[in-house]
Amino acid sequence: MRIPVDPSDWLILIPEFILLGTAIAILMIDAFAKAASDRSSPWISLAGTAGAIVAAVFLWGNPLSGFGGMIVNDDFGVLVSTAILTGTALAVLISVDYVRREELPAGEYYALILLSTIGMLLMVSSANLIMIFLSLEVLSIALYVLTGFARMRPRSQEAGMKYFLLGSFSAAILVYGVALIYGATGTVDLQSIADELISPGVLGNPVLLAGAGLVLVGLGFKVAAVPFQMWTPDVYEGAPSTVAAFMSIGSKAAAFAALVRVLIFAMGGLRPEWLAAVWVIAALTMTVGNLVAIAQDNIKRMLAYSSIAHAGYILVAVAAANRLGLQSIPFYLIAYAFMNLGAWAVVTAVTRKGEEAVGLSDYSGLFWSHPVLAGSMGLFMFALAGIPPTAGFTAKIYVFMAAVAADMIGLLIIAIVTTIISAYFYLRVTVIMFMERPAEPPVVTVPTPLAVAIAVAAAGTIWLFLFPGVTQSFTDTVARLL
Amino acid sequence: MFTYAWLVPGLPLLGTIINGIFGRFLPRKVVGTLASALVGGSFLVSVAVFIQLLGLPEEERHVTSALYTWISAGNFFAEAGILIDPLSVFMMLVVSGVGFFIHVYSTGYMGHDEGYSRYFTYLNLFAASMLILVMANNFLLLFVGWELVGICSYLLISFWYSRPSAVAAGKKAFITTRVGDLGFTLGVVLIFVAFGTLAYDQVFAAAGEVATGVITAITVLLFIGAIGKSAQIPLYVWLPDAMEGPTPVSALIHAATMVTAGVYLVARASPLYVHAPGVLLIVAFVGAVTALFAATIALVNNDIKRVLAYSTISQIGLMFLGVGVGAFAAGLFHLLTHAFFKALLFLGAGSVMHALAGETDIRNMGGLRGKMQVTYWTFLVAGLAIAGIAPLSGFFSKDEILAAALTAPGGHWLLYALGLAASLLTAFYIFRLFFKAFHGEPRMSAERLERAHESPPSMTVPLVVLAIGAAVAGFVGVPGFLAPEAGWTHAVAHFLEPGLAREPLVEAELPPAIGVMLMLIALAVGIAGIAAAWHFYVRRPGTAARLAQRAPAVYNTLLNKYWVDEAYNALFVRPGKALAAFFWRGIDAAVVDGFVNGVARAVAGLSLLVRRTETGYLRNYALAIFAGAVVLVGYLISTR
Amino acid sequence: MPPVTWYLYVSAALFCIGLFGMMTRRNAIALLMSIELMLNAANINLVAFSGYLTEHTLVGQVFALFVITIAAAEAAVGLAIVINVYRTVQHINADEINIMKW
Repeated sequence: MRIPVDPSDWLILIPEFILLGTAIAILMIDAFAKAASDRSSPWISLAGTAGAIVAAVFLWGNPLSGFGGMIVNDDFGVLVSTAILTGTALAVLISVDYVRREELPAGEYYALILLSTIGMLLMVSSANLIMIFLSLEVLSIALYVLTGFARMRPRSQEAGMKYFLLGSFSAAILVYGVALIYGATGTVDLQSIADELISPGVLGNPVLLAGAGLVLVGLGFKVAAVPFQMWTPDVYEGAPSTVAAFMSIGSKAAAFAALVRVLIFAMGGLRPEWLAAVWVIAALTMTVGNLVAIAQDNIKRMLAYSSIAHAGYILVAVAAANRLGLQSIPFYLIAYAFMNLGAWAVVTAVTRKGEEAVGLSDYSGLFWSHPVLAGSMGLFMFALAGIPPTAGFTAKIYVFMAAVAADMIGLLIIAIVTTIISAYFYLRVTVIMFMERPAEPPVVTVPTPLAVAIAVAAAGTIWLFLFPGVTQSFTDTVARLL
Repeated sequence: MFTYAWLVPGLPLLGTIINGIFGRFLPRKVVGTLASALVGGSFLVSVAVFIQLLGLPEEERHVTSALYTWISAGNFFAEAGILIDPLSVFMMLVVSGVGFFIHVYSTGYMGHDEGYSRYFTYLNLFAASMLILVMANNFLLLFVGWELVGICSYLLISFWYSRPSAVAAGKKAFITTRVGDLGFTLGVVLIFVAFGTLAYDQVFAAAGEVATGVITAITVLLFIGAIGKSAQIPLYVWLPDAMEGPTPVSALIHAATMVTAGVYLVARASPLYVHAPGVLLIVAFVGAVTALFAATIALVNNDIKRVLAYSTISQIGLMFLGVGVGAFAAGLFHLLTHAFFKALLFLGAGSVMHALAGETDIRNMGGLRGKMQVTYWTFLVAGLAIAGIAPLSGFFSKDEILAAALTAPGGHWLLYALGLAASLLTAFYIFRLFFKAFHGEPRMSAERLERAHESPPSMTVPLVVLAIGAAVAGFVGVPGFLAPEAGWTHAVAHFLEPGLAREPLVEAELPPAIGVMLMLIALAVGIAGIAAAWHFYVRRPGTAARLAQRAPAVYNTLLNKYWVDEAYNALFVRPGKALAAFFWRGIDAAVVDGFVNGVARAVAGLSLLVRRTETGYLRNYALAIFAGAVVLVGYLISTR
Repeated sequence: MPPVTWYLYVSAALFCIGLFGMMTRRNAIALLMSIELMLNAANINLVAFSGYLTEHTLVGQVFALFVITIAAAEAAVGLAIVINVYRTVQHINADEINIMKW
């Protein structure tokens, strides 16, 4: 097999190369100037991420495809990449003091974050099942290490092991599914698969259907869809908070981009077959995520279930598989990047060394000692619950509209009911922070980089509510892809 | 300039943000100056917009600009846009202009208050909300402004939240206007259902095509909202209590924002109202009855601010009378003049209170004339204006409403009589207030009298400026029949009419003889009221008390404000509370709570149950993935 | 050459053994080995399909090479994680490593 590579193809990968160069630079500095690396690596990685964002935006509105069609760059991909890079930048910002506090090896930490981000970006632009698998592994392997990065902490160890074993397990299932799809269609190229699906002989092939199902399992694991979600709470709880924050955006966004490309772009012809399955998974994911979150006393676990629930809402848009749905997915992911990372930033601020103080009771009366911090957390909770004036509200509106446009009224009702349920545990955090007034409200320190991250996240959360037009401009591109 | 019109609400909003966030850290001078300057800036922008609008030919004075499209998803389309037409520019000028002077005045009045930055944050937000309300180009944004105004009024009325009465008053205002807001909300929803859009242009263009019954329902619902916001019968009870807020806030609520919103709403929706003449008649009667009713209460009340509050209710009633008979321009003209003299009256009252350490009871005043010259003379101008003495501003606007009430097609002699009676009482109670406060023997303690002083310039300068406005504002609306050969035209009506209903119900010109006669009657009534007040309170100071003794029933009825508050208490609040208690204990606790708690408990129980699936065992997780995969693949293959 | 279905049966059997191991084994290393079995099952499929279905390209075989590479990387990381766990609790019994649940 010969892959024709045009020199201009490398343009598509500029963001990835910037990140790669930055990661290697950090590793080099770490190897030869340990002290300098501890101080400088967060800022180097921030600069690299910023460069990648600039490069990604530079690719906006200029659909490209290269490397024999294995890598594509369209506006959908750019938007999802923006969500991922936003998440990375904010995660780096909240890590600055966290890494120092927890005495983690800084150089390796930031290099792994960047390498994982490369995997995520590649996954977003993959137009080929091989690429999807490879990028999935690139992002996952780095995340396995990051999850168990606090090597001395049993919870981190356990989370790393669970994540690694289950992640590899689901990746193996995905590869098997890819192999079956390859067998049924004779190709791993998404566009060619879509072309093959026109013939009725291929459409009804059980091997193809089984392969699609297994790929759905593998990606469902990454987005944390029920029943493939069980790792999420344990991993989020055990992993360092900053890593949990990072992966809650990045790996979810990347997996959703892949899911959209596989299910909608490549296998849109099979929608009658997979619709009911995705419908049920979305319904289960929203229900279980929101339901179990109620019973949580640990804020990290609560946010994990919240992230499961949000995957359910995005799955509604995937199931809708219409123009509105495709518009709402990148919007939802960007909005989620801001509001969720904002919440995790506050969590990082409140937790103390060794991942202590992660109970909801540790937020009791936070408002009285840190009004701005508590106010920001309240904003993020409102956003996650989908209450205006926040981006979370707009994102949910978009998803609901997509469901209406696709005539999925049953799923819409489930989405609305679970949204109402979710208000319970999100607002409980707010109530605990504002209404309770303990004798000694918690005292926390908010270092400047963390404060900046919270401010950016809060501004983004409100900004996307006021000006949600960002997804409108790519309507035409999406229409072309549909 | 139109492209910058968003600055009009934008500047005060900016002030809210800056003062809200940094106000605590800024020196007082900066906070107050910034807040005032921003509202002043929005006034200047309004003026510039006004001038540019005048430059356009009459039929082109209707500019909408979409600020931004909030959501455009499928057929749901929500955009925020501003509408520049004579009506909105007129309101912008009134709100930002009068609002500016109130801001300036507040820098002096609130100078010693602890919540200085909080106060200006709210005040700026109040102005911004009202500007959003009047500049919206669709009912949705109007609704946003409407609600914001309600919230701001609540925040400002209960500004001194450590006083229980202030909190209660804020609550009362909020709940009472909420009743009206319910009507307004339903009206907006009905508009969307009937027209499929909320944009003014499209709704008004299609007004003739919708069934009369629907239009009637919409207009009635909108008017219920207007009643609540503009404090008309039967929802006026919150306004007198709203005096618990700082006095400049009262001035702002009464003169520039809030209460005028209802009049604006009816005028703005005039293309709908002309299709529902029956509803207009209701509007006119509610206005006329309120005008008289509130004026009678004002006759005997002894609290300087409450008298002014009832006076506002009465004057807004006159405005509704005007718009109700189809004289939309006349109603708005009165809104303009009223903004001047009512703001002036309130600021004058505030000045008096400032001098007397917060005293509001006119029985403890008197003889202040020599102490506070500026306040005295400006108050006099305002009093003459509201009493309708030519050629001050109130004369022209009030006369026009009364003339329309009698001669317009939608008018009725009864409406005219009610309005005229209200005018008579207005002149009387305002001069009762004036004479009792500034003339006669001082009735306050010697120590207080000693300390009484004229207010600082930040307070007196706005007084003087507003007094000039109250004196001359009427000349922009001199009826044409007075000197047709000189080319006098009714500038306000002329300016506003294109923005109002396309087919004016009012005959353009009255026969000069009748017009002049009506003017003279109105003038005579005003003078009679003043003369009576002078007789009662200056020449024979005991007369009023003797009268009260002779007719104690009437006096007590008025003094107790017709026991409306008590009646509402007995009719709505107490049964409401009883009902609430019943619902709470009987139904809520037993049934609803049982249900809700049951649901909550079921959800929580389910939560605990589902949580158990998360066993922590890695192999169970793998089993779940495996089982999920089997079911998924099995299902997919079965679809073949 | 035997028909392609033979290869598929072998591969399916191998995949199921891997799945079965994943469900039943307690030792973390054994779990890792089960995963490797599943990956190799997929490899057999890829190579078989590559040979039988698309004679002109080597997509399946190249993919199999990639999978093998990835498997090696995974094993390296996985062993490191497992050893780290072992250092703390002195065992690698997956059933007894469950501080976090519910």
